[in-house]
Amino acid sequence: MLKAVILIGGPQKGTRFRPLSFEVPKPLFPVAGVPMLQHHIEACSKLPNMKEILLIGFYQPNEEINRFLSCAQQDFKISIRYLQEYAALGTGGGIYHFRDQILSGSPEAFFVMNADVCSEFPLPEMLDFQKEHGDAYSFVILGTTANRKQSLNYGCIVENEQTDEVLHYVEKPSTFVSDIINCGIYLFTPEIFQHIGTVFQKNQQDMLLEEQSNGWHRAEVIRLEQDIFTALAGQGKLYVYKTDRFWSQIKSAGSAIYASRLYLNQYHTTHPERLATNREGGPKTRVGTVDVLGPNVSIGTGVTIGAGVRVRESIILHGATLQDHSCVLNSIVGWGSTIGKWARVEGTPSDPNPNDPYAKIDSETLFRDGKLTPSITILGCNVNIPSEVIILNSIVLPHKDLNRSFKNQIIL
Amino acid sequence: MKALILVGGYGTRLRPLTLTVPKPLVEFCNKPILLHQVEALVKAGVRHVILAVSYMSELLEREMRAQEQRLGIKISLSHEKEPLGTAGPLALARELLTDNEEPFFVLNSDVICDFPFDDMLRFHQQQGREGTIVVTKVEEPSKYGVVVYEGDTGRIHRFVEKPQVFVSNKINAGMYIFSPAMLRRIQLRPTSIEKEIFPVMAEEGHLYAMELQGFWMDIGQPKDFLTGMCMYLQSVRQQAPERLRSGPGFLGNVLVDPTAVIGENCTIGPNVTIGAGVVLEDGVRVKRCTVLKGAHIRSHSWLESCIVGWSSSVGQWVRMENVTVLGEDVIVNDELYINGANVLPHKSIADSVPEPRIIM
Repeated sequence: MLKAVILIGGPQKGTRFRPLSFEVPKPLFPVAGVPMLQHHIEACSKLPNMKEILLIGFYQPNEEINRFLSCAQQDFKISIRYLQEYAALGTGGGIYHFRDQILSGSPEAFFVMNADVCSEFPLPEMLDFQKEHGDAYSFVILGTTANRKQSLNYGCIVENEQTDEVLHYVEKPSTFVSDIINCGIYLFTPEIFQHIGTVFQKNQQDMLLEEQSNGWHRAEVIRLEQDIFTALAGQGKLYVYKTDRFWSQIKSAGSAIYASRLYLNQYHTTHPERLATNREGGPKTRVGTVDVLGPNVSIGTGVTIGAGVRVRESIILHGATLQDHSCVLNSIVGWGSTIGKWARVEGTPSDPNPNDPYAKIDSETLFRDGKLTPSITILGCNVNIPSEVIILNSIVLPHKDLNRSFKNQIIL
Repeated sequence: MKALILVGGYGTRLRPLTLTVPKPLVEFCNKPILLHQVEALVKAGVRHVILAVSYMSELLEREMRAQEQRLGIKISLSHEKEPLGTAGPLALARELLTDNEEPFFVLNSDVICDFPFDDMLRFHQQQGREGTIVVTKVEEPSKYGVVVYEGDTGRIHRFVEKPQVFVSNKINAGMYIFSPAMLRRIQLRPTSIEKEIFPVMAEEGHLYAMELQGFWMDIGQPKDFLTGMCMYLQSVRQQAPERLRSGPGFLGNVLVDPTAVIGENCTIGPNVTIGAGVVLEDGVRVKRCTVLKGAHIRSHSWLESCIVGWSSSVGQWVRMENVTVLGEDVIVNDELYINGANVLPHKSIADSVPEPRIIM
């Protein structure tokens, strides 16, 4: 019997996803037309022995999460529960805190995944791989190849090429260690909790020796990457399953568009009904005549699109209105926003280099050399863009009425 | 009567348009700049126009032959082989200008206004002196040469070139009328009329100023070309409104050549000139622009303050603004943003130009 745990974080995490995360918890943000988490849940529910999916995070229970949970349970016919951490306990601390819940029913193994990754989820392959490597209690990390420079932004894995054992693990090194990176998707057996428990004891002892200075540095905060994998590497317990299927982090709003594209490409085989001649349209979307949408466009429900509208490489969220002749490129248009006639809303894509098969999307800093880095244009919810203006490489916070053009600015 | 028009050389300030066509032949509000002046001169009784050029253009010569026929006047070209300044060309054309005692007009070829040639003649004859200069009031006089004169008589005291402090807000409008006698003052060598000739004439009491009523603009560069267009169209609205296009989809003053084709759901104007054979596809919005002959603007594009060169093609969903000038036969691909670009002829633009620059 199998279980899956999805780490969904909390409001203090995922701040690079603002202003979109003001309206909706980041794990519920729609990517390729469905909430980010739904892609994980769908992949998990396909496994025949999957008994339960547990979401662990520190969001307060709210309407959106509850609604999502009940819909997902109905759609996928599987038990899905949200376990709220009392504080941010880290990627290891959360699962350790809820180990009894995870282990109830005695699963042989369980997946742990970060919510903010976009992946093809080769879960059956990871299960097969685990049976063939190490002993019955070994753990598997999903890895993929990055280019040398970008690997420094991820957890780096040095493997034994014959046995696929993880020999060495470093999280975000400052010098090159390996081009195999951690995808944030793991397969554990119950034995993992012994190892986390050891680290927990050690932390407690260290706490006693130190003063209680910072509130957030508690013994229960355990990070899988730095605290567990680094220690387990080279002990014959940790293995890496390498995949070359699509994978990306979703850290910034701009990477949501890139992730959408990856999933939309997958829809040709998995969900062709979600695609409609180049676009992904929901029900109750009104589309005028002579408009051109796509490639890589996701349109939410209740969106009104006027005549002669051009949308490309963008996400249009529910209830938005795009008036006649407007043009939306490389942007995310927030819920209920309006774009006036002939207006142009344009961003700059931060896509990975298409000539490099291992290039990953950059999570760039917001500013560089004192200037706003050109990136995807984001309109928060209920933003009104008047007719005939241009909004270029800008971020507009929710409920704002603009009255002129803006370029390369954050508009509060 | 005669007139000398100082056409000058390559018209570099109006590039890229003047890379294809000599400046006098660039269409301003659907008529070559030169023709605006020549037709007004003919109306005032001028029968011989002399074009002072420093760069000889076959195109110009051929066009002038055609206009001679059409207007029934004589057009000569006076070609200076070496630079003669602003006064020298008059000396070069001395023979042509002095075959009788009548006064002659001299104009700067970049000037557009409600040409007051009849008033100038009357004023000049009333004064009975050697020279009359037309002056016009401007908001920013220090960009130009300023004229200081007696308000009631018009007698000019002095000129101040680009003054640093406010001296007067009347500038030299680039239109003069002279008696042939003044030509004795000019020799055939590089001479500046403002620096060398006028000051002496003023001192001797032979130079008078006539104030221009109505609009005036030097349209020698794109920004001013568009401003002048707005002024001229406003003047057409007052004097001959039937020439302008109105109706649904047209705002303000819009001049459209009868052979142009305009699609559905377009909004054109205010202040737009559409040349012969131009095609505007559906859903196009154009404001404060000149679209030259044969250009093609594809659907849903948005243009403000632009000059679109002859036979150019602007793609779909393009946004162009901020005095973008496309030379002849330029192609702008779909969905681009062009901000203040100056694009040389026969160029294809495949990438957005978010900040003003020149595209060679």
